[in-house]
Amino acid sequence: MARQTTSGIFWQGVRDGLPFLLVVVPFAILFGVTSVEAGLGVYEALAFSFVLAGAAQFTALQLLSEGVPATLVLLSALAINLRVAMYSASLTPYLGRARLWERALAAYFIVDQTYGCSVLAFERNPKWGLRQRMAYYWGAVVPVCPVWYASTFAGAAMGKAIPESMALDFALPITFLAMTIPMLRTMAHVLAAVAAVIVAIAFAFLPFSLGLLAGGCAGIAAGAEVERRVKRAAKK
Amino acid sequence: MIDKESIWTVMAGLALGSYVLRILFLGIVGNRPLPEWLARHLRYTAVSFIPALAVPLALWPAATGGEPDAARLLAATATVLTGLLLRSVIVSICAGAAVLYLVLHLTG
Repeated sequence: MARQTTSGIFWQGVRDGLPFLLVVVPFAILFGVTSVEAGLGVYEALAFSFVLAGAAQFTALQLLSEGVPATLVLLSALAINLRVAMYSASLTPYLGRARLWERALAAYFIVDQTYGCSVLAFERNPKWGLRQRMAYYWGAVVPVCPVWYASTFAGAAMGKAIPESMALDFALPITFLAMTIPMLRTMAHVLAAVAAVIVAIAFAFLPFSLGLLAGGCAGIAAGAEVERRVKRAAKK
Repeated sequence: MIDKESIWTVMAGLALGSYVLRILFLGIVGNRPLPEWLARHLRYTAVSFIPALAVPLALWPAATGGEPDAARLLAATATVLTGLLLRSVIVSICAGAAVLYLVLHLTG
């Protein structure tokens, strides 16, 4: 394979981030539309999009319109966004040696999409150094995050003009399901996903998306345990 | 109608809280390597959280008030099957969307 240049790797990040527009655009438009319907102004919806927390933003909006107190709304939305702390930890072995200002800036842009494709690329290219990894990461940020703000603004400006028949609500489940399949690389990954889904369904009755947290934790525990046993069996 | 004070409180709190979660390891743990047990658990965060979020939403869609819906169940199934067969994220999303619109159109 030809030696990759740093700018080539940046553009590879951009290319790998581009497919996420298929989910980011409708999801952000939907957030804009929903915000305006819930009574937010166009610029309030735009301000909200700068939190960069898709599912947590939707949850916050939903709970706010149900009249749940701000403290409780905040707690639930942050619980849903806890996974970014895990993404942060997961990126640390790869990006932890960057300068503080770059890490501080990169941290703000940690979302499902930038994390997902970066970690995959870093695993596939173990020879990349810090500069190559940062270049790839910023490449992946470019098509995802600015488009998130712009599409939220567009959605808010369009307001109620989007018909319900577009079924934009289903963009999230379809995309997340599609993203899951290529992640099932080992038996540990498969069992993690299966355990997560079973527990999330079993605890779906819990309020404030606590079932998601329960499922996520169960999946992590299952995957880690299977990996440990597989490695131990391989040593014997 | 949501009161403006609550909106801005939640927005500011969520922005600050999310940033703390994002900088926690990347900024504070920094150069220190992660313990092996922690890294082993972190490898399974995405593959656990993403389907745990998606599957209940597919089974009980918010758009139908949480009632299971044939169009959305078929769309989700088509997405997964296409993914298993072709291993392409984009093609699976398109297949899911196509089935969703087709069934919504036919049953609409």
